[in-house]
Amino acid sequence: MLEIRWHSRAGQGAVTGAKGLADVISTTGKHVQAFAFYGSAKRGAAMTAYNRVDDKVIMNHEKYMIPDYVFVIDPALVFTSDVTINHKDSTKYIITTHLTTEELVKAQPKLEGKEVYTVDCITIANETIGRPIPNTPMLGAFMKVSGMYDIEFFKESMQRILGKLPQKIIDANMFAIQRAYDEVK
Amino acid sequence: MAFDKMELKDIEVWDGNFAAAQAMRQCQIDVVAAYPITPSTPIVEGYAKFLADGYVEGEFVMVESEHAAMSGCIGAAAAGGRVATATSSQGFALMVETLYQASGMRLPIVLNVVNRALAAPLNVNGDHSDMYLGRDSGWIQFDAYCPQDAYDLNFIAFKVSEDHDVRLPCMVHQDGFITSHTAQGVHTLSDDVAYSFVGDFKPMNDMLDFEHPVTHGVQTEEDWHFEHKARQHNDLMTKVMPKIQTAFDDFEKLSGRKYNIVETYDMDDADVCVVCMGTSVETAREVATEMRKEGIKAGVVGIRVIRPFPFFEIAKALKNVKAIAALDRSSPNGTAGMLFNEIAGSLYNTEKRALLSGYVYGLGGRDLTKAHLVALFKELQANVDAGKVTTQLQQFIGVRGPKLAYL
Repeated sequence: MLEIRWHSRAGQGAVTGAKGLADVISTTGKHVQAFAFYGSAKRGAAMTAYNRVDDKVIMNHEKYMIPDYVFVIDPALVFTSDVTINHKDSTKYIITTHLTTEELVKAQPKLEGKEVYTVDCITIANETIGRPIPNTPMLGAFMKVSGMYDIEFFKESMQRILGKLPQKIIDANMFAIQRAYDEVK
Repeated sequence: MAFDKMELKDIEVWDGNFAAAQAMRQCQIDVVAAYPITPSTPIVEGYAKFLADGYVEGEFVMVESEHAAMSGCIGAAAAGGRVATATSSQGFALMVETLYQASGMRLPIVLNVVNRALAAPLNVNGDHSDMYLGRDSGWIQFDAYCPQDAYDLNFIAFKVSEDHDVRLPCMVHQDGFITSHTAQGVHTLSDDVAYSFVGDFKPMNDMLDFEHPVTHGVQTEEDWHFEHKARQHNDLMTKVMPKIQTAFDDFEKLSGRKYNIVETYDMDDADVCVVCMGTSVETAREVATEMRKEGIKAGVVGIRVIRPFPFFEIAKALKNVKAIAALDRSSPNGTAGMLFNEIAGSLYNTEKRALLSGYVYGLGGRDLTKAHLVALFKELQANVDAGKVTTQLQQFIGVRGPKLAYL
């Protein structure tokens, strides 16, 4: 079982990102689950989304999770919410920030001693998609860190999932995924 | 008017809401009258989009309340069409008056109920309060445990509800958010195969058949009211279960997916078991398997058909077990939980009555964790070892503050 927790603000696309990732993984024969805590459901409010991946049918519907990966797609959440809650020693963090990993860990001591990767998904999204929607770049970074799939396979799958959007937006998302894949450290 | 077919992958990643909306599209509903409410909104939104995009030949009627939504469905069903809608919580509560009209008038309508808590305090998350509110309304009630079930049970609901020997409306329940907004793999049916299962709508006593005028929604006082109600109850008690079983069998032949009136898991040699509904059934199955590795012979019984209540099927499923926990996700507000009472009724006149204890859990979306279920199975084993219920008969799982226990 692979478990992922997303930290996001409502409107940044964590649910879409989690569902998109589940969709890609499902095509490879694995079983998936993607869900979210909506809280007060206000745009901009801190929220969490979740993925489960397994070789067998996923029966577990508890919301509680000790994640293998934590994705933080809004740079402020690493300071305003506890992104390390319910963690284990092997939990890996991919965090959106303009800081380097060293600067970030210094600024947020809770991350000390943890496996932290950083990438500036907000800037990447702004410069490629033209809007601060950091969900698809986060998935590009995840492909690099996890080595889950070949990036070309992943981009092809995401093109299908984004299929209903205008071609210009799809192309911009592909650039964003590739840039995050290349830039995550 | 022609409509387009939709190409689906064998496995689509859908949440429970979209799975239900897709099933409604594939059944080619004639009329959906709806007033959207969280968390069921995407079901009717999905149907409306399919309609606007030319995938359905039907009517979407926007109304001013859930009371009007069900009233519109009743009118359309009486006129002679395939009818469905969706609601949750407060909307369901506002529909209650018309729910009794629908069943009393013997109209086949499918209502997707995305289970949510009832205010006050206001809460949009999932528990079974609305589902329990509907249980005396004369409807057939199916319960889904995951998005796949929500998809499949919609077809089965139309099949049973529209049967001329049944002619009773039918609810398909799914857990708010935990099923409705959780995307999982759903094995699909092609449009043609799905439609062939439900078949063309066959009207009965339809008001638009001008050659054979009929009256719907009549008044009967002391002279006839009781006979009508007795006949409706008789059909629920005698005719519906065999039709559900046939629909389950036919659906298995079509899809390979087997549904049962009572879903048993590892019950053949179980010493302890939980009886529950919704997503909790699946989580409990996973925990039961883990308990067996610890030497506790655990099983799970899920209720698939809530109304008519499977009185004898439940007794049969529980006949060899030693301790039972009945899990109710709705506040009984002054008595034992519904499942506790129903199970007690089923078992009371049987020879071997297992130790029975009741638990209230998960109100307003409070998480039922695997750790809760591990503790529960251990408590049941302690009851077996002691030969008696070692706790009070009603306890709460997952509520903060001092431990509460009653009865």
